[in-house]
Amino acid sequence: MAEPKIPLWEVFIRSRNGLAHKHVGSLHAADAAMALQAARDVYTRRGEGLSLWVVPSAAIVASDPADKEVMFEPTASKIYRHPTFYEVPDEVGHM
Amino acid sequence: MPTTSLSLTETPLLAGILALADDALILGHRLSEWCGHAPMLEEDIALANIALDCVGQARAFYAYAAEVAGEGLSEDDFAYRREAGQYRNCLLVEQPNGDFAATIVRQVLVSAFIDPYYRALMASRDATLAAIAAKAEKETAYHLRHSGEWLIRLGDGTDESHARARAALDELWPYTGELFEVDAAEAALIEAGTLPDPRTLRAEFDATLDHILGEATLARPPGTWMQSGGRAGRHSEHLGFILSDLQYLQRAHPGAAW
Amino acid sequence: MYTQALNARDTTAPVAGPEEAARAARFQARIDAEERIEPNDWMPEAYRRTLTRQISQHAHSEIVGMLPEGNWITRAPTLKRKAALLAKVQDEAGHGLYLYSAAETLGTSREELFDQLLAGRAKYSSIFNYPTLTWADIGAIGWLVDGAAIMNQIPLCRCSYGPYARAMIRVCKEESFHQRQGYEIMLTLCRGTPEQKAMAQDALNRWWWPCLMMFGPPDAESQHSDQSAKWKIKRFSNDELRQKFVDATVPQGQYLGLTFPDPDLAYDEAAGHWRYGAIDWEEFKQVLAGNGPCNRQRMKQRRDAHAAGAWVREAAMAHAAKRARRAAAKADALQQAA
Repeated sequence: MAEPKIPLWEVFIRSRNGLAHKHVGSLHAADAAMALQAARDVYTRRGEGLSLWVVPSAAIVASDPADKEVMFEPTASKIYRHPTFYEVPDEVGHM
Repeated sequence: MPTTSLSLTETPLLAGILALADDALILGHRLSEWCGHAPMLEEDIALANIALDCVGQARAFYAYAAEVAGEGLSEDDFAYRREAGQYRNCLLVEQPNGDFAATIVRQVLVSAFIDPYYRALMASRDATLAAIAAKAEKETAYHLRHSGEWLIRLGDGTDESHARARAALDELWPYTGELFEVDAAEAALIEAGTLPDPRTLRAEFDATLDHILGEATLARPPGTWMQSGGRAGRHSEHLGFILSDLQYLQRAHPGAAW
Repeated sequence: MYTQALNARDTTAPVAGPEEAARAARFQARIDAEERIEPNDWMPEAYRRTLTRQISQHAHSEIVGMLPEGNWITRAPTLKRKAALLAKVQDEAGHGLYLYSAAETLGTSREELFDQLLAGRAKYSSIFNYPTLTWADIGAIGWLVDGAAIMNQIPLCRCSYGPYARAMIRVCKEESFHQRQGYEIMLTLCRGTPEQKAMAQDALNRWWWPCLMMFGPPDAESQHSDQSAKWKIKRFSNDELRQKFVDATVPQGQYLGLTFPDPDLAYDEAAGHWRYGAIDWEEFKQVLAGNGPCNRQRMKQRRDAHAAGAWVREAAMAHAAKRARRAAAKADALQQAA
């Protein structure tokens, strides 16, 4: 008998108010309500979270590692986006 | 600890606390039997969480019982040194785990009762009981949600799961009557505002259950005959086996520390 | 962990040409530079296979390991011990879950990995094929088995494969209470009645040698070590880890006032190591071959639990499908009404 595959979900936790949800792991559940309960039971046993997201793994669209250079290298030369690119005399003080 | 079973003079208050403690301990013990054998890994963890909540509630109530009883007793004296006949838990919590449907139905029935009970207990004139209830109620609200969601899936899942859920409900239903019984000692505590009156929670219990059962395409069984006796120490055969596991080491090595 | 869609294997047959060699060289260069390999990155098939095998064995060990300790949850001697043991065995289920998730990022589903275990095609740690006969075994497992596991797992937090390393960080963090829990049980027994102390000694006698075997065969006979070291999956050899474990554990046992069941155990001043006697590798081979005291029992319990849960998993899936159909029908009805 072929066992039906129970869908995979990704779990995100917001640890404290003000911080963004962070990926913590995954789990299997048949539907969204069960996934949320399982996320609570599996990933917040030590007071890790105040808020949970579960997302079907299949819904995540990821960048292709082969595109890494095309996607992320062009930004390296745009140093004018960083504050240290600009010179402000010390006498002006903190800016 | 001494070698013998505890001999207690039970005041109504002590008996009332022990009933709450024993319900939590025996249910937690039963749920802990699942650990390593659940239908999926996620559920091993979920059932263990519920079991840990129950054991924690039992410890809080036993600690209070020890305080009330005096005589230098500890939580473990109550759990490990009473005979089955001294246990005051209801019959429902000692029923075997059976298949997953039986465990889930038992959990729904207990949680649908105990969650509103704890909510009412939060208003107790006894500050310790009110504080324990405030912590426990958050746990039981989750137990009800968790087991309720599962019962909906089992009832409205496959033909097999529906049949199993229905059989479990038929099997366990006769143990629900005891949840609402009140004896003379308890009546005095209710009168004093120490414990809530379970009879006033019947409507909420029925409504919670009907909602879950409706979604699960199940219904309350028609039978009206109810089993009874646990609160008075007349248990099913199962409790003796539970206690022989639970108390084995303490009984075999009297007085030893662990 | 992460999307499975992109984790499809590179099905193009590895061309043993210059292009393949160049890819492999780039891969090795990343490992040498201590970069982490992530699920969607190119990796040699052998790396994928090795990791899938190792991570899934590790996961299987966690869930089979729940059984010997689970034996004592209902018999724990105090409510505090009962809660601690239940929480510990629960953690092992969690660790199995994290590890299966890490293995799944390599393209094999949990169901397939489970099937491999239940069909007897996958291995798990030899240690869990020994019985837990007394309460002291719960102490000995926490102190010795978890102690040995930690030796092995701490270096794995720096494993070259990102999801495995991250799972191990979480596992190590959670496991820090396990060994202390076990040692505290041993300490209580050793300070208790003569019967309790004898129970502790008996547990050490039975668990000591199987624990030394947990680190695997001696370096001279280990099949996988060289390549695993090159890939930074394994950073210390079996014998190195075993020695670390012995050095850390012997003083702890002496503090308990227990005697190790090894007449050859002696401190080597010059080297600063405890030297141990000859390990019975024949016993190890027999246990791995399925002839340990509990191999069949453990596998039967796993198979029974899986089989008994099949209707539950089917029900959950059937209900999810019904819900999806109802939601779709409702959406259709709304659209038609509009």
